[in-house]
Amino acid sequence: MSQYLLSTYAVEGEVSRAPRTPEEMGAFMERVVALEAEMEASGTFVFGGALHGPDAATVARKSDGDLIMTDGPFVEAKEHVAGFYIINADDLDAALAWAGKVVDAINQPIEVRPFRATGRVEA
Amino acid sequence: MTDAVAAAREATGLERVFREVYGQAVATLIRILGDITLAEDAVQEAFAVATDRWRIDGVPPNPAGWIVTTARNRAIDALRRSARGLGLPAELASVAVASQGPGTEEPGEDGPVRDDQLRLIFTCCHPALRPEHRVALTLRLLGGLSVDEVARSFLVSESAMAKRLVRAKYKIKAAKIPYRVPEEADLPERLRSVLSVLYLIYNTGLDGAERSPLRSEAIRLSRALAELMPDEPEAAGLLALMLLSESRTAARRADGELVLLRDQDRAVWDRAMIEEGHAIVQACIRRGQPGPFQLQAAIQAVHCDAASFEATDWPQIVALYDHLFSVLPTPVVALNRAIAIAEIEGPGAALFALDGIAPGLDNYHLMHAARGTMLRRLGRRDAAQAAFARAVQLAPTDAERRFLAQQLNEQV
Repeated sequence: MSQYLLSTYAVEGEVSRAPRTPEEMGAFMERVVALEAEMEASGTFVFGGALHGPDAATVARKSDGDLIMTDGPFVEAKEHVAGFYIINADDLDAALAWAGKVVDAINQPIEVRPFRATGRVEA
Repeated sequence: MTDAVAAAREATGLERVFREVYGQAVATLIRILGDITLAEDAVQEAFAVATDRWRIDGVPPNPAGWIVTTARNRAIDALRRSARGLGLPAELASVAVASQGPGTEEPGEDGPVRDDQLRLIFTCCHPALRPEHRVALTLRLLGGLSVDEVARSFLVSESAMAKRLVRAKYKIKAAKIPYRVPEEADLPERLRSVLSVLYLIYNTGLDGAERSPLRSEAIRLSRALAELMPDEPEAAGLLALMLLSESRTAARRADGELVLLRDQDRAVWDRAMIEEGHAIVQACIRRGQPGPFQLQAAIQAVHCDAASFEATDWPQIVALYDHLFSVLPTPVVALNRAIAIAEIEGPGAALFALDGIAPGLDNYHLMHAARGTMLRRLGRRDAAQAAFARAVQLAPTDAERRFLAQQLNEQV
């Protein structure tokens, strides 16, 4: 069993495809809840969630032994990670099948990336 | 491999045998060892052993089986050595011991498995790999071409091609691109990727004599695919399309210059290939599940059937192009349909059709060449000349440039 990161990106200044009206929001949440229930039931779901925007980010680094904090994201880019799932899958085809379901639910492109086999992650 | 070893293989015809068994052996070894690079190394090592032994004993009756068994035993020996040294998981060591048969380097029961090649071609052509990586992997792993040969076929340096292959193999391993025939639901899309990789290899082989080995390799792989997937008519269609195109190779050039279908010496077309291609097309028609490759093969079959260009069944060709356009609505299909229309309705009707598709193909030399031909037949010399001049500008190969320049000169 391998683990994969399924991440979705938001593009600054681009009109989001996210739901706008309360009705759309309701339908969106329903799809996501159903998808996550399906992931849980099949032992696929490891963790996942939606992130606050890059304005809420802080970078921490060490300088001369002191912890220095900087407001803002690590990379100043137009695109930033908006949310992700970590899933268990046998191989890339299985991971891509889940990615397809996520795309259906949230209507955004998904990047699929394998975890390296280190620490607690098996390959 | 040293030059001396290479020369010895060449002299004894072993190079050809190795080329033929490479893909089968690597495919089976990948299944056994679960790793592409280990499998490639093991097969190379077995080739080295075979070079020494076969020169004295002759080639065994089942060379692929011999190579698989030898490569497997060598790889397992290496794994056991490293298992002792590095403490590999016990289960791997026990697998290695269990599969260690008697008579280390004699062909065992486990020769190459044909399905392994099928699994491997789906791995090599996985849509998660970029198209140029799919082509390179397929030629290297299944075709047995050297890295240098693959590099030369695609006009890149050997080191650039080596990097490309390393990167593709890294992704297969890291992302766990599976080594199996895809499930029913994914099969149509995944098979399309395999077929288009093979067709691209064939078409690349049409550009110049030094690339012609790519064509025989593409035909060999397509034949294997069609045999392995007898329920997929498009696989058969691709094989027929390649055979029917290949049958005209000898007539396509005279003194190194291109010869149009209209002017080809049909007596030198390869009748055996035409017959084989025809039989496949007939079987496809009986099956009644037409697809883009089968329809293109059917069009080629009609051309190959005709005793002369004038005697071609043009209404049939146009009807097949109509059908093809309905399943594959690309500008290039529309272009070919327009060219066929000229033979029934004349150059005016063809030009009218061409004008409709010209904007989408403004950078395609054959569109301008077709317009030039129609304009010339209509006596519109200046416009014809401009079209041929543009075609010369855009032509991708020297042979096509020379041919089109000649058309341009005939104008004046």
